[in-house]
Amino acid sequence: MSYEQTILAALIVPLIGAAGIVAAGRINDNLRETVTLITAGTLAWVVWSLLPDLMAGARPALHLTTVMPGLDIAFKIEPLGMMFAALASGLWIINSIYSIGYMRGNNEKNQTRFYTCFALALAAAMGVAFSANLFTLFLFYEILTLSTYPLVSHKGDAATIKSARVYLGILLGTSIGLFLPAIIWTYVAAGHGDFTPGGILEGVVTAPALGLLLGLFVFGIGKAAVMPVHRWLPAAMVAPTPVSALLHAVAVVKAGVFAITKIIVYIFGVDYLFGSDGTGWLLYVAAFTIITASVVALRQQNIKRLLAYSTIAQLSYVVMAAAILKPLAEVGAAIHIVAHAFGKITLFFAAGAIYVASKKTEVSQLAGIGRRMPWTMGAFTIGALSMIGVPPTAGFVSKWYILAGAFQAENLVAVFTIIASTALNAAYFLPIVYLAWFAREPEGAPEHGEAPTAAVLALTMTAILTLAFFLFNGPVIELETQVVRGVTP
Amino acid sequence: MEFSQQLPALQVIVPMLMAPLIVLLQPRGLAWAAAASTAGASFAIAIALTMQVIEADSVGYQMGGWPAPYGIELSIDAFSALVLLVVTGAAILALLAGRQSVDSQIELERQPLFYSAWMLALAGLAGIVVTADAFNIFVFMEISSLASYVIIAGGPDRRALPSVFKYLIMGTIGATFYLIGVGLIYMMTGTLNLADMADRIGDVGDTRPVLVAAGFITIGLALKAAVFPLHVWLPNAYTHAPHVITVFLAACATKVALYVLIRFDYYIFQPNLQDHSNQFALLLMPMAVLGILVASAVAIFEGHIKRLLGASSVAQIGYIVLGASCITAAGVSAGIVHMFNHALAKGGLFLAIACLATRCTDLRVDQLHGVAARMPWTCAAFVVCGLSLIGVPGTAGFISKWMLLGAVLEFGAWGWVLVAVIVLSSLMAVAYVWRLVEALYFSSDTGDEAVARQEAPMQLLLVTWFVAALNIYFGFQPGLPVTLAERASSLLLGYGQ
Repeated sequence: MSYEQTILAALIVPLIGAAGIVAAGRINDNLRETVTLITAGTLAWVVWSLLPDLMAGARPALHLTTVMPGLDIAFKIEPLGMMFAALASGLWIINSIYSIGYMRGNNEKNQTRFYTCFALALAAAMGVAFSANLFTLFLFYEILTLSTYPLVSHKGDAATIKSARVYLGILLGTSIGLFLPAIIWTYVAAGHGDFTPGGILEGVVTAPALGLLLGLFVFGIGKAAVMPVHRWLPAAMVAPTPVSALLHAVAVVKAGVFAITKIIVYIFGVDYLFGSDGTGWLLYVAAFTIITASVVALRQQNIKRLLAYSTIAQLSYVVMAAAILKPLAEVGAAIHIVAHAFGKITLFFAAGAIYVASKKTEVSQLAGIGRRMPWTMGAFTIGALSMIGVPPTAGFVSKWYILAGAFQAENLVAVFTIIASTALNAAYFLPIVYLAWFAREPEGAPEHGEAPTAAVLALTMTAILTLAFFLFNGPVIELETQVVRGVTP
Repeated sequence: MEFSQQLPALQVIVPMLMAPLIVLLQPRGLAWAAAASTAGASFAIAIALTMQVIEADSVGYQMGGWPAPYGIELSIDAFSALVLLVVTGAAILALLAGRQSVDSQIELERQPLFYSAWMLALAGLAGIVVTADAFNIFVFMEISSLASYVIIAGGPDRRALPSVFKYLIMGTIGATFYLIGVGLIYMMTGTLNLADMADRIGDVGDTRPVLVAAGFITIGLALKAAVFPLHVWLPNAYTHAPHVITVFLAACATKVALYVLIRFDYYIFQPNLQDHSNQFALLLMPMAVLGILVASAVAIFEGHIKRLLGASSVAQIGYIVLGASCITAAGVSAGIVHMFNHALAKGGLFLAIACLATRCTDLRVDQLHGVAARMPWTCAAFVVCGLSLIGVPGTAGFISKWMLLGAVLEFGAWGWVLVAVIVLSSLMAVAYVWRLVEALYFSSDTGDEAVARQEAPMQLLLVTWFVAALNIYFGFQPGLPVTLAERASSLLLGYGQ
């Protein structure tokens, strides 16, 4: 396949899959799940086939159509987008296996709609990953919001609708209210919105307006959940757990931090932003989000809400790393997208598995559960260690790079934030681990065993990935180092 | 003369001649077929004219061969072509969709009269657009208005009568204001032909009668166009009209009045009257901004789905006026493009409501809970058109928002205030559209029993989906409306130079 065909295939395969899921859903559940798995496998194969060429320095591109002069729908793959697409498409396979176990184990309604919207969301995530300009990014960003709305409101009861309204309100509100004006401002000022190495705003938008534009982008991209636009993420936890796992730990939230990183690197330009006044606040806002969200997580009793606040903190790691504006930190930001994905999806899988097996949702109910569900809690432990950043887990690698970048910039605020949040992470994850393995189960607790095999299989795979990334991260780092080529150390 | 040169006259004459003939067609379905084919012919003429306009800049026609300014002149340029497409397109789609809907709302023996009046309204609206004569505009305006009163009141809903009476009073005041203005200009210049008027009015541009005329004409047309705060007739008239008539009128009636307003102000007054730009900056733009904000806020709290969308129309008219009052190429084209895109979005929404109405008797928002389970296709089309109304990228509505935001950003600091207004009202649009979506998709009772599908008639549904698809198509390929609008704005801003 030529590059154009491959890019087109990455966008179309999930759409065909969605149509296939609808058709198969009328016939038979097993057939429908087969279609989902085949689609996920094909998509991953298509996306991953581009990886070797990307490593060798190729930049495949596809120009789809010109909506208006200067307003193109176009795609161009660069290392950041490649990594995001490879991550989302690869984890979709594992997540689909998990979904089968979870959705059947729970006897959920409307499963066809669930799998269909999931495929649509993945198509939108591919569009976000490969977008060559701000307009294309925005288009798929909004499709991602809309296609995940039915997933969040899946349950359909009054409380769910209320949360789904928060979800949609904040994501659409920030994107239309702040992100769109920022995009139009960029197009008017620079004449285009193409992602260009080194940025396009140098000399076009200057301080103090530059800081304002940065603010419009950062808070307009609500998916990155930088405080105070983070509230949609805990609200989204009403969704079934596979949605929380893949979309609200990987595809949707990572689309947010990915977009911010991409805009800082390719629209603002790292060096230009570093040399300008009025943009330093971003680091402080991100640091504040990390600390505050961690403190809030400390107080959560519901497992999924705790994980949601942990996600908010971890997302701001990426934003803070990008805002350090040094090469090592930018690489750290990119790697953290991967490292956090592996760890957090494992944690969500484990939370869902606990719910399917025992209907437990609160931290306090987990006493002694490790003996009943050793695989699940083993994976949970690995995920938790990765969140804290303990070797040998994925979280350690990215933290190392971010810290190195912080020292490169001699930025003590960032160093202090990382240290403090590591302590906080340990403070809210380790008690759960302790409770699960070492506390005694209360008398007369209901009997239950492990979660369905499909779910256990999936969470074991992601736990192994979390460990493996510690050892085999070379290609990712090599790829992402290409992003910061030419940036002043 | 060749046939193709007669098209401007045929645009008006075909529906006007068909109107009395339709009255005679009593047998079942024949009146509808005749009206639909008339509207189809009108639409075909509009397309042919658009193609002529794209090749040559404007198409002229002299009634009876009398040269202007003595005879009546018809003239079509890019602006008129765009509005003609909207008017005739709305007519044909509403008619194609509306057969069963009309059958259910209007007794069989009154249908020929109803369709006949509809054709008169179409002829009047098309006439306003094609003519190049100020008095002729008034005549056609009266034809279209009187016919509109009849078709709005033609439904089974008796509440339509007081609504129509209000519309009649307000519409008559608007038309009279316009006529007073035209009379004053005629007194000062001795001509009714627009081109001739534009030539001569410069000599008397600073006289009091001309200034008064400008005021009367602008206010009169703003009343007809339902520009806030002169909009009070609109929501009720839309709410109680037969459903397909709401589709037709919401898509094109106010747009035609806006067309005359923009044409008159840019053609006659702007190049010739000193400081006329103040009228845009100090009168129309503030009215537009207020309309956008207040009407959007009102829409959030409306309880009836049609009245809610009526209020939203007032806000959307505000966008058009806001764009038009920028007096810049970007602004005027944005306003004109929004005429087209809003017709698509709102027409589609009202078509979906016509679908809903075939199965639900009560169209209050809180009575519609869970309809999507019964009518999934209708509700999906409603969501698509709703997204276009909000201006989500990938839909037609986004194109006009993008152009409008780009246009107001040219104003520097003041532009950012307008950006805030547009953004705020877009968020309010999210709120009121999503209120409807939630009502349609989530039922208050959590019963698990499967509900039987009860979709709208296929013909109605197909047209609805066709319009929904157009909303998507023109979101990715907006070449036609954008080209016409840009040509129109360069024409309008080029007068007098």
